[in-house]
Amino acid sequence: MSGTTDSYKTNFTETKDIVFKIFRYEPDVNPKPHFDTFTVPVVKGWTVLDAVMYIKENLDSTVSYRASCRMGICGSCAMEINGKPRLACQTQVISELRSKEVVIKPLANYPVLRDVVPDLTPLIEKHADVRPYILRKDKKVEVNPKGELYQTPDQLEEYLQFSYCIKCGACLAACPVTGADVKFIGPQALTQSYRYSVDTRDDGFKLRLEVMDHSHGVWHCHFAGACSEACPKGVDPAFAIQLFKREITARKFGKEVEPARLARQPADVKRRENIPYAPEKTVKQ
Amino acid sequence: MKTVSLEKRTLPHRLGIGGWAYGGRYGLERYLFILHRIAGLSILLYFILHIFITGQKINGKQAWDAVMGSVGGTWFYIGEYLLFVAVAFHAMNGIRLILSEFGWILGKPKRPIYPYQSANMRIRVFTWIMMILAVIIMAVGGFDFFLMH
Repeated sequence: MSGTTDSYKTNFTETKDIVFKIFRYEPDVNPKPHFDTFTVPVVKGWTVLDAVMYIKENLDSTVSYRASCRMGICGSCAMEINGKPRLACQTQVISELRSKEVVIKPLANYPVLRDVVPDLTPLIEKHADVRPYILRKDKKVEVNPKGELYQTPDQLEEYLQFSYCIKCGACLAACPVTGADVKFIGPQALTQSYRYSVDTRDDGFKLRLEVMDHSHGVWHCHFAGACSEACPKGVDPAFAIQLFKREITARKFGKEVEPARLARQPADVKRRENIPYAPEKTVKQ
Repeated sequence: MKTVSLEKRTLPHRLGIGGWAYGGRYGLERYLFILHRIAGLSILLYFILHIFITGQKINGKQAWDAVMGSVGGTWFYIGEYLLFVAVAFHAMNGIRLILSEFGWILGKPKRPIYPYQSANMRIRVFTWIMMILAVIIMAVGGFDFFLMH
């Protein structure tokens, strides 16, 4: 047992020199993009984000990157690492990349603001275009429902996988169609559109078709699968898009889906005593 | 004192056509996507040539014989076989795409639990079967093209 503990300690104090080549673009200093090379003594267990932070703190304070949570939740640190879009905070340098040289570039298919910081405006705009929220014909139900909307566990499973998107933008950087077609809605927005369109509480399928059902929408996806390979959360955008194609086709052939009804409060049931009421709302509607 | 501009000056970083033509470190399906496009464009190019060449019949027997003479060499024969290869690949990969693009063989959504498995990975065996079928068709075609004639 003591041997295991010792080797554990040894592994985490040994360092390995890894060369990091970082893409540099500083419009105010040097508008010509180039690569800077740094040698970093990497400890086993370090992620690429740890190494980039080491570079900023010890080697070159002008290196710019975007990061926040450091645990694969916020999606800020997505960058191209050794040819693939990944989250820097979830990419192990020694055990995962297994390379003496790590090349870091900003996410492809986005304009570069500085160094490895992309301008994610195209992602956010396309995301907003697909109206990623519950839409109802009855606006009272949409804005202020007076009860819960029915949904079975099986109906939840239909879209739950696709609701784990953290908007890191890696899928758009991986998509070969996004690179060639500026107007293509892209895997992130298409997936979110599907996620809401098959939510039984939603009634906005036809409204979203305006953005989805055309040559720059769902039909421009050719199932290369790169987006799903790049997705760090297992959302599988390529899968959602293919299911969306099937759903659009089915609806064109007459499939109709009624949105979930509001659950009514049972009339003959009396509230038991000693059950506390919910606290009053702190925000007035 | 040095001043810094607050104007957003971004660097374009769109991959363009080079982006779809280079598969990089991605998986099998990413490369099939490239080959499917190249095969499709080759078939389209052949179709245009085919219409042009057969259309020479309108200009009489002499024009027809002249154009047929110019496309009868060894290189055109090899080109014809390459077209057959493109058609075989495009057809087999096309069947895979039709079945998967309508979600018929991809299964149902699952909660993402690490290690994640994409729908493409779930049907990887089927993808390989279709590619092996394509290679068998190409081999049989090659036998017919080069050894039977």
